[in-house]
Amino acid sequence: MTLDTTPRIADPDGFFALLVEAHRGLSAEESRRLDARLVLILANQVGDMAALCAAIEAARAAGTKVSDAGR
Amino acid sequence: MPSTYQNPRYPPAPTPQGAQHRPVVIAGAGLVGLTLALDLARHGVAVTVLDEDDTVSFGSRAICFAKRTLEIFGRLGLGARFTQKGITWKTGRVFHGDREAYAFDLLPEEGHEYPAFVNLQQYYAEEWLVEACLAAGVEIRWKHRITRIAPDAVGATVIVDTPDGGYALHADWLLACDGARSFIRESMGLPFTGQVFRDRFLIADVVIKGDVQFPTERWFWFDPPFHPGQSVLLHKQPDDVWRIDFQLGWDADPEEEKRPEKVIPRVRAMLGEHVPFDLEWVSVYTFRCRRIERFRHGRVIFAGDAAHQVSPFGARGGNAGVQDADNLAWKLAAVLAGRAPEALLDSYDAERIPATDENILNSTRSTDFITPKNEAARGYRDAVLELAAHHAFARPLVNSGRLSRPSTYAASPLNGPAGWEGGAPPGAPAPDAPVLQAGRPDWLLRHLGDGFRLLVFGAPDAALVAALPAGVAAVFVTAEETPGALFDHAGLAASRFAAPRGGAVLIRPDQHVAARFALPDPAAIVSALERALCRYPAEAAA
Repeated sequence: MTLDTTPRIADPDGFFALLVEAHRGLSAEESRRLDARLVLILANQVGDMAALCAAIEAARAAGTKVSDAGR
Repeated sequence: MPSTYQNPRYPPAPTPQGAQHRPVVIAGAGLVGLTLALDLARHGVAVTVLDEDDTVSFGSRAICFAKRTLEIFGRLGLGARFTQKGITWKTGRVFHGDREAYAFDLLPEEGHEYPAFVNLQQYYAEEWLVEACLAAGVEIRWKHRITRIAPDAVGATVIVDTPDGGYALHADWLLACDGARSFIRESMGLPFTGQVFRDRFLIADVVIKGDVQFPTERWFWFDPPFHPGQSVLLHKQPDDVWRIDFQLGWDADPEEEKRPEKVIPRVRAMLGEHVPFDLEWVSVYTFRCRRIERFRHGRVIFAGDAAHQVSPFGARGGNAGVQDADNLAWKLAAVLAGRAPEALLDSYDAERIPATDENILNSTRSTDFITPKNEAARGYRDAVLELAAHHAFARPLVNSGRLSRPSTYAASPLNGPAGWEGGAPPGAPAPDAPVLQAGRPDWLLRHLGDGFRLLVFGAPDAALVAALPAGVAAVFVTAEETPGALFDHAGLAASRFAAPRGGAVLIRPDQHVAARFALPDPAAIVSALERALCRYPAEAAA
């Protein structure tokens, strides 16, 4: 299984609102814990180690500053 | 402080006079050195053990003896002592905060002589090993401290200090089993590679008097109410002794934390105000996960903590050391008897270094889970624990120690053909199975080891026996009761090897599988034996 980065979520605005809503009223620490639980649940849903590796790589790469990207 | 055990004091050996030469000298009469000495002596090797002290281990130290280690002690004739005195357990429970996160069973499979683990204080194991060594003719020189070594091409000279003098001794082979602070390793300038963990732990062995609310299980707490923010591990030992291991954090003062005034309140917070207990032994430790680059340095060979160290989580220290001894003894015995070239000893590195790396990897990962390195790691660790109470998928992610399992020497140069798919492959320790011998209950592993064995899944075959190379004895296992064969009444021996009818398995003296043959052809067996003994083709042809 390869990482599918094409749009797959039917209702993008609805999903984003749901995600933000889940964090409403939480402290920064509580939010981080919620995200950690969510990552683990979703990772298990994916299951495939190659796809998980690619996802971690994609997440890291997208956070790289443009000025660092060429190094 | 200890009330349940009195260390024996062995008489110091007199200082020998005149030129001294011994074929095999073992430095260190600890768990690993004594196991190696006993195994070598049972192979007929004259062994001298030097130890700077005159007694066994102080304090309980390594307490969890894994199934494979018990099988090795079984082969060495000590298995029943471990199971009779030791505390057998197989269930582990993990708690997070004030809740149980999950429980696991280490050996759900029936049909093994030895359980997944027994807990036993290290001093008992060493005391029995000393007795067995002396009975087997091992010479143990207590209070003989090595102060200098000079390795050469044919062995090593050791300078030994004794209570009434000193002497020099030349050993053809020097086996360094002198522990984590190995003098031999240090004097040879062999660096360790690996990592030190910035954390401290307190071991409190306590004798609980009266009713005890804990079952015979391994209990591990993350962030319990009685020791917030840290972890705690509880194990039961014989003599009503309980091992409690408190994580303290890097900033704890080790001297201060050892004081009873500090320890007692910690234990009381855990057990409750009204449970009476005595402190038996207290120790504060840090740990490292590291090894030296090679274990064999010519005629000096390292085993156990002298060669590698791990965190205690997973019980991979003492068990790995015993498995080192199990691997080395038969090889050195074969070399000394002229049955194999010295090159066979290089396979000790080829097999035990990957095993060590497996132990270090597991132990490091457990430690990283127990002592998260940063806030993100802690966040994920806690998330795993929170999820584990609700969802099965998260339970395998909880890592409170991946408990010692034997290594399969999958890439060993000694391995021959696999013969067929499935079952215990070449390099794996032979699995045990219940069998009947002449109607009496017996175990397969009792018939394997010490020498090479050809395990044949078929009726006794005189022609095959006659064609076997010297040094290999046949063991026949059959699915029906057959005279001269072990009766595999439950079918487990055949199924654990996935053996086809008539198939055969060549098993090494350490009970690891050397090769498998769907049809045992004498020429193929000879060739696999030559390979397992690292014999040169010229010798094989002779």
